[in-house]
Amino acid sequence: MATAATTAPARAARPSASGWRRARRFVLPLGGLCLVVVFLGPYVVMLLDALRSRGDVLQSPATFFPRDWQFSTFGTVLSDTRFLNWLKTSVLVATTSTAIVMLVAVPAAYFTARIRFPGRVAFLFLVLVTQMFSPTSLVVGLYRQFFEANLVNTYLSIILTNSAFNLAFAIWILHGFFSTIPEEVEEAAHLDGCSRFGTLWRIMLPLTRPGLVTAVIFTFIATWNEYVVALTLMQDEAKKPLTVGINSYVTGYQQSWDQLFAAALIAIVPVVLLFAVIEKHLVGGLTAGSIK
Amino acid sequence: MRGHGRGHAPARVALVWLGPALLLIVGVVIFPAIELVRASFNEYSITGLRRGAAGWRNYANVLHHPDLVTVLTNTAVWVVSVVLLTVLISLAVAQFLSKEFFGRRLVRWAIIVPWAASLVITARLFTLIYDYNYGILNSFLVRLHIVDQPIDFLGDDRWTMPSMVAVGVFVSIPFTAYVFLAGLSAIPDDVYEAARIDGARPWQIYTRITLPLLRPAILVATVLNLIYVFNSFPIVYTLNERNPGFIHDTTITFAYKLAFKSAEKDVGMSAAAGVFNVLLILVVVLLYLRVAKPQKEI
Repeated sequence: MATAATTAPARAARPSASGWRRARRFVLPLGGLCLVVVFLGPYVVMLLDALRSRGDVLQSPATFFPRDWQFSTFGTVLSDTRFLNWLKTSVLVATTSTAIVMLVAVPAAYFTARIRFPGRVAFLFLVLVTQMFSPTSLVVGLYRQFFEANLVNTYLSIILTNSAFNLAFAIWILHGFFSTIPEEVEEAAHLDGCSRFGTLWRIMLPLTRPGLVTAVIFTFIATWNEYVVALTLMQDEAKKPLTVGINSYVTGYQQSWDQLFAAALIAIVPVVLLFAVIEKHLVGGLTAGSIK
Repeated sequence: MRGHGRGHAPARVALVWLGPALLLIVGVVIFPAIELVRASFNEYSITGLRRGAAGWRNYANVLHHPDLVTVLTNTAVWVVSVVLLTVLISLAVAQFLSKEFFGRRLVRWAIIVPWAASLVITARLFTLIYDYNYGILNSFLVRLHIVDQPIDFLGDDRWTMPSMVAVGVFVSIPFTAYVFLAGLSAIPDDVYEAARIDGARPWQIYTRITLPLLRPAILVATVLNLIYVFNSFPIVYTLNERNPGFIHDTTITFAYKLAFKSAEKDVGMSAAAGVFNVLLILVVVLLYLRVAKPQKEI
């Protein structure tokens, strides 16, 4: 420190602090810009690759901006029936799985957070253990099971898998939320003659909105982006979700990187928008849910 | 502490509330897990038909696999470096993003993108960015004279693992940074105020106050990242696609390839490898929890 003359340490920091205060108006946004470049950079490359002609992508050396702009790729992809089928599967699977997860997780999380019953700790432990299981390590078991149940190549198989493997996280987040709400709130409702279900529906759910939002988003993203199970279980071209399907734009036989990336961007946009809308709730949601 | 209003219920009432969850967990997680164990004791033909009992042979085959040591080493390097780098960088990013500045909202949105994009898509994107001939990264490095010759990021054995780790860290930072951001926002301002009045230096405030209070968040993020990164399939699988054999595979892609991609398509052996995977992650997480000792009870 330059100001050794002052004795109080709190005051010693002040002159440099005011210098920093002036500098941070420029330094912080600049640092922010660096972060944006790092995290968005690859996706900008992706966008620019989607706007090139097929030949331009595979030309050496690579240029940042297209040598040959081509704006028709997005239209081509959007009118490709294969793409529309994959999109349909993704939307169907992600929304159904998310709905199932919430319908199943909310009562379970609420009940375990509020009520003592035999087997409560065992149940919570089971949830914790399933969080460690991934569909990837169980994929052979999943395949055998659905193979024997004659469910390979059905929407049901991946909807069930997605729901089951995302349940743990949702229960965990919601459990944390329900525990933070003071019990007096519920008692008042009880005294007014509200049933337990009525209390959950009318009192608790509105109070835990950030938690619900967080759980919905996490589940939706995870199911929207699921890959391994769909790769293994969905062999019918028309029934594949986007994550698996769009890979057929770039294979050993056909290298349409432009179409792959245009399709990928179309797949990212809804999720990013969803995220941006709830970004504020997200921080609040993670705070109360997981870190008490 | 038990509140006076907390209810009690017999098991059959609990079953109504937890039934659907139990059904889903038992039916689609536990049952396939048992099926996996069963498959690991059987022998299957290439088309997936059961040919008979195999005893412990599948397990022995995994343990005697010539690439096992390589695969285990890769897994250790992959998990440790990705989780460690992710946590360290995310701490800095979260600290930065907790400050007020012009455009912060935009930066927070930008960071969400790698999280929202599916891992396969990002992995696919990086195969092109890293490409020896057509990759933008090599084009930049050569033009800026950082290297004379392009680097074969995904083909050169010295570069493959670091290149995969970089992508792994890149996609893991957003979620981790958000968990830390949430943790930071939960620390009340008056704690910092008090420390500042007591004359603590910024670095002291960080190590003595912020980090200890962030401990639960760090714990949660580390455990979840350990699980995610260990189980991470698309990055290793996609970036490593052109390399033959198992030189750069982790235990997860190794198990998958055994059943679905290798020449022999050995379902039984893959199942045995899958059982090892489940046990391995359980042990790793339990060990970590043992060392880190969370104070929170369930």
